[in-house]
Amino acid sequence: MKENQYKYILLVADNSLILAQRLGELCGHGPNLETDIALTNISLDLFGQVRSYYQYAAKLMGNNATEDSIAFLRKEHEYRNVLLVEQPNTDFAYTIVRQFLFDMYHLLFLQELQKSKDLTLSAIAAKSVKEVSYHRRFSSDWIKRLGDGTEESNRRVQNAVDDLWVYTDELFHQTEDDIAMVKEGIGVDVTKLKNTYYEQVKSILEEAAIAIPETAYFQKGGKHGIHTEHLGYLLNDMQFMQRTYPNMEW
Amino acid sequence: MSEKEIKSLEAEFEARIARDEKIEPKDWMPEKYRQTHIRQISQHAHSEIVGMLPEGNWITRAPSLRRKVALLAKVQDEAGHGLYLYSACETLGISRDELYEQLHTGKAKYSSIFNYPTLTWADMGAIGWLVDGAAIINQVPLCNTSYGPYARAMIRVCKEESFHQRQGYEIMIKLANGTPEQKAMAQDALNRWWWPSLMMFGPTDAESVHTEQSMKWKLKRKTNDELRQQFVDQTVPQAELIGLTIPDPDLKWNAERKSYDFGEIDWNEFWQVVKGHGPCNKERMKARVGAWERGEWVRDAAIAYAEKQQRAALSS
Repeated sequence: MKENQYKYILLVADNSLILAQRLGELCGHGPNLETDIALTNISLDLFGQVRSYYQYAAKLMGNNATEDSIAFLRKEHEYRNVLLVEQPNTDFAYTIVRQFLFDMYHLLFLQELQKSKDLTLSAIAAKSVKEVSYHRRFSSDWIKRLGDGTEESNRRVQNAVDDLWVYTDELFHQTEDDIAMVKEGIGVDVTKLKNTYYEQVKSILEEAAIAIPETAYFQKGGKHGIHTEHLGYLLNDMQFMQRTYPNMEW
Repeated sequence: MSEKEIKSLEAEFEARIARDEKIEPKDWMPEKYRQTHIRQISQHAHSEIVGMLPEGNWITRAPSLRRKVALLAKVQDEAGHGLYLYSACETLGISRDELYEQLHTGKAKYSSIFNYPTLTWADMGAIGWLVDGAAIINQVPLCNTSYGPYARAMIRVCKEESFHQRQGYEIMIKLANGTPEQKAMAQDALNRWWWPSLMMFGPTDAESVHTEQSMKWKLKRKTNDELRQQFVDQTVPQAELIGLTIPDPDLKWNAERKSYDFGEIDWNEFWQVVKGHGPCNKERMKARVGAWERGEWVRDAAIAYAEKQQRAALSS
């Protein structure tokens, strides 16, 4: 049970880790100071959540595991994040669309995780719900602003939605660990979130004058450790110090 | 206004400053006072946002989650400082866009220290400890400066800076007490950042062109050389405490002056960097201008959307 639970926590927390790391790349390079500060805030909230999840996972794992060994010392195929969050910051539209598509899911997910029988997870979820409600408001406001702003901004958001849409379906896939944890009353049944998610996402995209992509083909793999080419480079930076100077304290 | 009237306004203005009263945005002020303040406050704001770059360089590579979060929060604080300082500057009748324009075209300066590269993690410690330490010494007197919006912004900035300084020193302590490799990393960072930090106090008093007027308006309370000495006296014992060596063979305690004597600063290097030829001047400007240009369509979209919303509100 503990093995499933540990892997389940990674499945949840790795999304926040990888997305936070992506947002961290942008600090100091935003389109203006206000959005720079806001995106950094989101990154900080996500890293905060990650630390709570990993500290808990480290406790479950024993074996001298720490939040840092979990964050920095795994191999690429051991990260369980969805493909969506590792996609690069191609431009501000991609950053916002990636954030929006994740936030819409993340809030629905955390609202359910609050009901978990695992009291640590439900407490982390209760704290995170407040933060993620703000993230969702921020990203959906920007979707509307860019979608209904200028011709150029509409075109850029549409491109980003068209490209990133293929990564949304994976949010609702279940792994063995998901299924085991749902059975225990610890995990969230993500399949049940799918309809609400697409309804809410489509309604905001329509308001923003963005067309919903009509694709029947989606990408998947992250939840099983099979990632896109982008993740290796992200990890290369993230793990640089821990790999170059092993077994040191900072 | 007649010349006599202006003279009397000026006399009243100088008297207010002498009484330590604050000058507020709507008060009458001499044009030179306005221009000097725009120059200094915007230079300070630009330093904050250009200063985000060398530290931002290590956010993705910070060695632990705790350090990563602290560094992100620190760089974000600098964006916040930029924001209050630009706002304070705008009260003098210039827009943020105009100020950016001055930065991007090279008309406005920013602190030269940010034109040095950050090569190792220890640089995050050295910047916090030395660069923020020097900045605090420069800035604390500004909490009492005569221009109200600047003084109030500086109170908040200084509180956060002193936190950053402790955070930086704490990074250095950890490295200095770590493995030989970590200790060497700390010493190397001190070697590279020490002299540029001393240069942060500006040219010697004999060469400083703005000091006299700035002292009168309380934009400065001590001279460049006095502040530099204060920094050296404060920092040398901190280095000794953690077993690091200040890279200055001429450094020695002067019992008579109760201060440290220190070696000659390389003023050629100082002027080289000020004039745009430091190790990273070009990269820093390219990063700022690039972010601004890449963000143009975003800012345009936000304005277009706000106008549409406003029109919709009016017609409903």
